[in-house]
Amino acid sequence: MNKKLNLRKASPWLSAISLFVLWELIVRIFNIPPYVLPTPSESIIVGWQFHEAIWMHATHTLYTTLVGFAIAVVFGVVLGALVGSSRTIYDAANPLLVGFNSVPKVALVPVLVMWFGIGTVPAIITAFMISFFPIVVNVATGLATLEPELRDVLRSLGATRKDILIKVGFPRAMPYFFASLKVAITLAFVGSVISETVASNVGVGYLMLSASSKFNMPLVFAGLLVIAVMGIAMYEIFNVIERRSTKWANRANPTN
Amino acid sequence: MTAVSKSFVELNNVTMRYSEGDELALDTTNMKINKGEFVAVVGPSGCGKSSLLKLVSGLMPPTDGIVLVDNKEVSGPLKIVGMAFQNPTLLPWRTTLDNVLLPMEIVKPHRNRLRKHRAEYEDRARKLLASVGLEGHEDKFPWELSGGMQQRASLCRSLIHEPDLLMLDEPFGALDAFTREELWDILQNLWMVRPFTVILVTHDLREASYLADTIYVMSKRPGKIIVARENPLPRPRDQEVTFTQPFTDLVHELRSHIRDVRAA
Repeated sequence: MNKKLNLRKASPWLSAISLFVLWELIVRIFNIPPYVLPTPSESIIVGWQFHEAIWMHATHTLYTTLVGFAIAVVFGVVLGALVGSSRTIYDAANPLLVGFNSVPKVALVPVLVMWFGIGTVPAIITAFMISFFPIVVNVATGLATLEPELRDVLRSLGATRKDILIKVGFPRAMPYFFASLKVAITLAFVGSVISETVASNVGVGYLMLSASSKFNMPLVFAGLLVIAVMGIAMYEIFNVIERRSTKWANRANPTN
Repeated sequence: MTAVSKSFVELNNVTMRYSEGDELALDTTNMKINKGEFVAVVGPSGCGKSSLLKLVSGLMPPTDGIVLVDNKEVSGPLKIVGMAFQNPTLLPWRTTLDNVLLPMEIVKPHRNRLRKHRAEYEDRARKLLASVGLEGHEDKFPWELSGGMQQRASLCRSLIHEPDLLMLDEPFGALDAFTREELWDILQNLWMVRPFTVILVTHDLREASYLADTIYVMSKRPGKIIVARENPLPRPRDQEVTFTQPFTDLVHELRSHIRDVRAA
């Protein structure tokens, strides 16, 4: 039992290490030149050489991502509450939301640059635009799937719509909400990095773009790794928050 | 009981359909239920039994006819009704005690008093839980309770605000036979201590015969009441009653009515 648990705890590290070893071996065996695909070891070494620059750019990317994400959370919860509690609003908003979500956000960055100039603002807005959709959908789903019997119980006690929303709707939507945060935060990284790549002079996206223009592929890959690590870290943070705040929904696997 | 000759719940020529163009869910139904009376409604599935509950509690308006509760026409949700369903619908993030207290957070005037008089209300909920045999389970979460225990808690939730009217929609339908009969006794006890008016919808004829004062038999959809049968069995009833001739005869009679409406 204990052994099994240890293996489970070690498994994410083992899988990551295996991937890196495999990557390293393939590059070496097939003698792939570094300007096509650098080895992970080389990327890490170069990443360390440039760690000051990477740190500066990474903190900036983290900042724009989190600001965009925070706006997405507020906006997503409000819109999700509206969409989830009224059939009419749902019908009115749904096609617009789906349409908007289908537009590739990278296509909007030039528009944002026209409006706000290059740099932080378009990155924040892109992070926001790409990450609010799952929050809206999940909050709305959580609210809309309330058992009709429970609604009847509450209404026959004289509960108002607001009562039902506060006493049952929101607590019930919490697991859905937290699940969406995990998806949304990783999407927010995608958004901010896209925007930095297209139009910025700061951030990991910009760093990667300028490194690739100098054929410094190891640095490009160092940037990718940094984004991945930040994404995993943020995901894990929301994972922990989720488990603590909605224990009742995760009772099926208490070992988590 | 006070000498009230007027009925507490009255349905006058009520018909109902869920939306225009639908077939009737309920066809010219007339009922008179006294205050404190225990009524059971039985019928084949899909006969509009649940529609009847929605009508009386004001969750659905009648298409035609009038529903009166306490001499007032019902025009919206009644606000004081207790309800319990086959699905206990407890809130999984609340303890049993907090689940039972939920109506107190909604019903006036309790909702304004709850915060200040929390201890008093908790005491009341604990007593009620103890009376259905849930002592010591107050702080457990619903998923830590068995199906029967959840249904007991659900029953407590429907009674905590001492409603005059209790609506039960096949509340014991999902339980095993032994637990079900245990809960019949619990419900009978609660009702004998404080006689509220009950409308119990069920398809269990033994359950109806065991619990009700009057048993209404409904026809197939569109639902229509075809028989109103007084229950002659004396109270309190216990499990022994279910093996006596009068009980068996009553169940038998009800069964033949149901057979007729199903064949029709």
